[in-house]
Amino acid sequence: MPELVQISSPVEEGPFEPRIVAFFCNWCTYLAADLAGTSRLKYAPNIRVIRVMCSGRVDPQFILDALAKGADGVLIGGCHPGDCHYQEGNYKAYRRVVVLKRMLHDWGIEEDRFRLEWISAAEGDKVRTVVNDMVEKVRALGPLKLGVPQEEFAEEMA
Amino acid sequence: MSDKPKVAFYWCASCGGCEEAVVDLAEKILDVVGLIDIVLWPVAMDFKRKDIEAMADGSITASFINGAIRTTEQAEMAHLLRRKSQFVLAFGACAQLGGIPGLANFWNREEIFQTVYQETPTTNNPANTRPEQVSHDNGHTLTLPGFYNTVFTLAEVIDVDYYVPGCPPTPKMPADTVTTLLSGKLPPKGTVLAPDQALCEECPRKDSKPDKLLLKEYKRPHQVLIEEDKCLLAQGIICLGPATRAGCEARCIGGNMACTGCFGPTSRVLDYGAKAMSAIASIADSNDEREIEKILAKIPDPMGTFYRYSLPASLIPRKKTEVKANA
Repeated sequence: MPELVQISSPVEEGPFEPRIVAFFCNWCTYLAADLAGTSRLKYAPNIRVIRVMCSGRVDPQFILDALAKGADGVLIGGCHPGDCHYQEGNYKAYRRVVVLKRMLHDWGIEEDRFRLEWISAAEGDKVRTVVNDMVEKVRALGPLKLGVPQEEFAEEMA
Repeated sequence: MSDKPKVAFYWCASCGGCEEAVVDLAEKILDVVGLIDIVLWPVAMDFKRKDIEAMADGSITASFINGAIRTTEQAEMAHLLRRKSQFVLAFGACAQLGGIPGLANFWNREEIFQTVYQETPTTNNPANTRPEQVSHDNGHTLTLPGFYNTVFTLAEVIDVDYYVPGCPPTPKMPADTVTTLLSGKLPPKGTVLAPDQALCEECPRKDSKPDKLLLKEYKRPHQVLIEEDKCLLAQGIICLGPATRAGCEARCIGGNMACTGCFGPTSRVLDYGAKAMSAIASIADSNDEREIEKILAKIPDPMGTFYRYSLPASLIPRKKTEVKANA
């Protein structure tokens, strides 16, 4: 029986290490992550940061694509309400996230795998707290491992 | 048999509505039959699988296959028609995107069988009898098609040349498609045979759509007396026109019904439901987190609303399956 392994997943050895895709806003959370670095604040190395110009730029397709391609969780970091560089990009992000959370629940994807946080450029410490907390929660959940129906199909056809 | 181009129609997991789209040609079907020979059409004509098996490979000009793939028999017929045909067209939303039957991907085979053969109020099945693919009775052997755990789109099972969208496609689409195929001027493989723009572009209510559309409340059709010439979204009704491909002549809108998205995405979209949700959710008119939550709670069943026709074609095509214990 062929194993259900996704192409994008590296072969895992040793204990499970969560892979979390993080979309950080250029004007706040990305700078906060920078600040965490220059302040020598250590946080879990499990996030892969993608810099976007605004949390409002994070298309729900990006989130689903990340999860479908092997991410165990997705984190979005945006500016606090009222602080958006583009006036209301973060509100748009919030509106989409509210509905997407209900949809992820219906897909059977646990709540702790997806998170939106407001983190200003001055809050390096919050980056550390949020990332560490999320990594621990996802670690406890284990790998997401969305099934690959096409492979299941090949198996059933055999 | 004449040397007219041969055309086959077949149905898989579908409701029969796509067959209606062909039947709705009414007397025009005689014009079509003047141009082509129909070699398979289970809903209307008496040809058998063995008739198709006896034909030379590639001898059918075009096969129109509607419906999603739910059973092994449907997959076998799809493979057979692929082998015998020059062109295979995924006809209708179920073949293209999985359609309504694709919503079954929120459950698996075991859960579906459990409901159907055990739990429905009218079921009395104390011995827990389930359909078997092979069963023996009185010296006879009976076989049934296998039931997949997941509903698939046609393109996940065989190579598809063109897509005809819609639930169902409009009556002019099958005729237009045959004309296109016979014209020799073929669009690139993989083309969806409908305009590559949003439904709003051809909507008769387009002019009443406000420049900046924001909603304080999402309403369901029974909660509002719908004005017949005003943009439905502007009236608070969830209309998926902004995210849906045009080509249906806005027939639902003409009937004062909102678009539910059966023509699927345009070519620039990777995942229809995610894009449709994004379009609808981002117009909630508030910048206060609690109020945003309150407004958006009025959207009933977001998965059923935004993935009504396209779950098997989405980035996450089915509900998360049980993780195998440390496989």
